[in-house]
Amino acid sequence: MGAQKLSGPDDAAESQATLSAEIEEIEASHAAAVAAGRPAETQPRLDYPPYRSSLLRHPTKDPRHADPETIELFSPAFGHRDIGILESDLTVQAGGEPIGERIKVTGRVLDGEGRPVAGQLVEIWQANSAGRYIHKRDQHPAPIDPNFTGVGRTLTGPDGSYSFITIKPGPYPWKNHHNAWRPAHIHFSLFGTEFTQRMVTQMYFPGDPLFALDPIYQSITDQKARDRLVATYNHDVTEHEFLMGYNWDIVLTGSNRTWMEEEDHD
Amino acid sequence: MTEQDLRPDSRDLTATPGQTVGPFYGYALPYPGDNELVPPAAPHSVQFHGVVYDGAGVPVPDSLIEIWQADETGTVSRQTGSLRRDGFTFTGFGRCEVDPEGRFSFSTLNPGPTEPGRPAFISVVVFARGLLNRLFTRAYLPEDAEALAADPFLSSLDPADRDRLIATREADGSLRFDIRLQGEDETPFLRFPGHVD
Ligand SMILES: [Fe+2]
Repeated sequence: MGAQKLSGPDDAAESQATLSAEIEEIEASHAAAVAAGRPAETQPRLDYPPYRSSLLRHPTKDPRHADPETIELFSPAFGHRDIGILESDLTVQAGGEPIGERIKVTGRVLDGEGRPVAGQLVEIWQANSAGRYIHKRDQHPAPIDPNFTGVGRTLTGPDGSYSFITIKPGPYPWKNHHNAWRPAHIHFSLFGTEFTQRMVTQMYFPGDPLFALDPIYQSITDQKARDRLVATYNHDVTEHEFLMGYNWDIVLTGSNRTWMEEEDHD
Repeated sequence: MTEQDLRPDSRDLTATPGQTVGPFYGYALPYPGDNELVPPAAPHSVQFHGVVYDGAGVPVPDSLIEIWQADETGTVSRQTGSLRRDGFTFTGFGRCEVDPEGRFSFSTLNPGPTEPGRPAFISVVVFARGLLNRLFTRAYLPEDAEALAADPFLSSLDPADRDRLIATREADGSLRFDIRLQGEDETPFLRFPGHVD
């Protein structure tokens, strides 16, 4: 079973060396542009050929500048009726304990002015400790854990804080190129106080040897920007004989509503 | 905690980078009733639907669409309950995983203008495997020609792009809005102040 080959219509035969050379070339050209005075990029490139699935799925025209209208200056409201109390602890959602390294991931969601984003929805999903998702499209021949779905939801506190207890996900293979592996990550979905702040991203773990090889992580061409997706191990969050603690703060794009005095929620 | 404590100078307030939603959101982000802002049988319910295409004109089978909109009177809902719909509260938010043929469909209401004389639209966010960051766009209602013509944003676009942001009212009353990620008929996507991508 362990030697089973992944194959499919989008299976790619290119080597990691080919991909790594492309990644390094893009990084070098970005570094040269920064050295020549251009600001460092802070978001992923949408047009990033090493991530082969992006080739036909990135816009080729520049985004149109738009000032947010009233609806875009608000965000959907979520409340405690939206979320069950167990949804932020991914280790207690089934009949028994999932296998793997129990962790807590905690941090704060801030807007671009540093203000906490309070009472907002945070959603996560992830592979289990063996690198397998509970998803019908996941063909990775690693075991499914009957006690782990890998889905969590919570609301941020008044100070923008969130916290999940889960299992450290494993790395997993994918079909971008031959022997492609994703660094271990947790997918995060975030809302701000304005719909223009809506974002989905991935949180990584410090020191992953797959970082340099991964086109999705490397689509953020600046090292400092990539580092913003990497959680920090925090021994003060680690709990005695129970779990390992990680911190990860999230900053959303700047808030446009700064200039509006009115706040009409009840 | 004072306001000052919340923003020490040393804090890095550069926006956290986005990443693709990937292929495996399907068991996590969708939820029961996610695309029913109103029940399909509700009075005035409207189907908002379309297909997501890639640059080769092929439907994208692994995309997730979210919408956020005012109600028929132009009021922005502040009601909770989008994740656990009660069947009568209009929260204004919906989510839809496209089907294997790239189709999405919401049951919703025609939004009203949030200010008199402004063209009404549905705010749309697009996520997909292969798309490294979310994309924002707008689906304007086609009826109020005067408001559409007077809108400064729409007027700033070339006419073909402007037309691509206006949904089509179909014979059955539904609103059709196809999304083309790339190519000749590429959907205009939006950049808001504070966004760098
Ligand atoms: Fe993943």
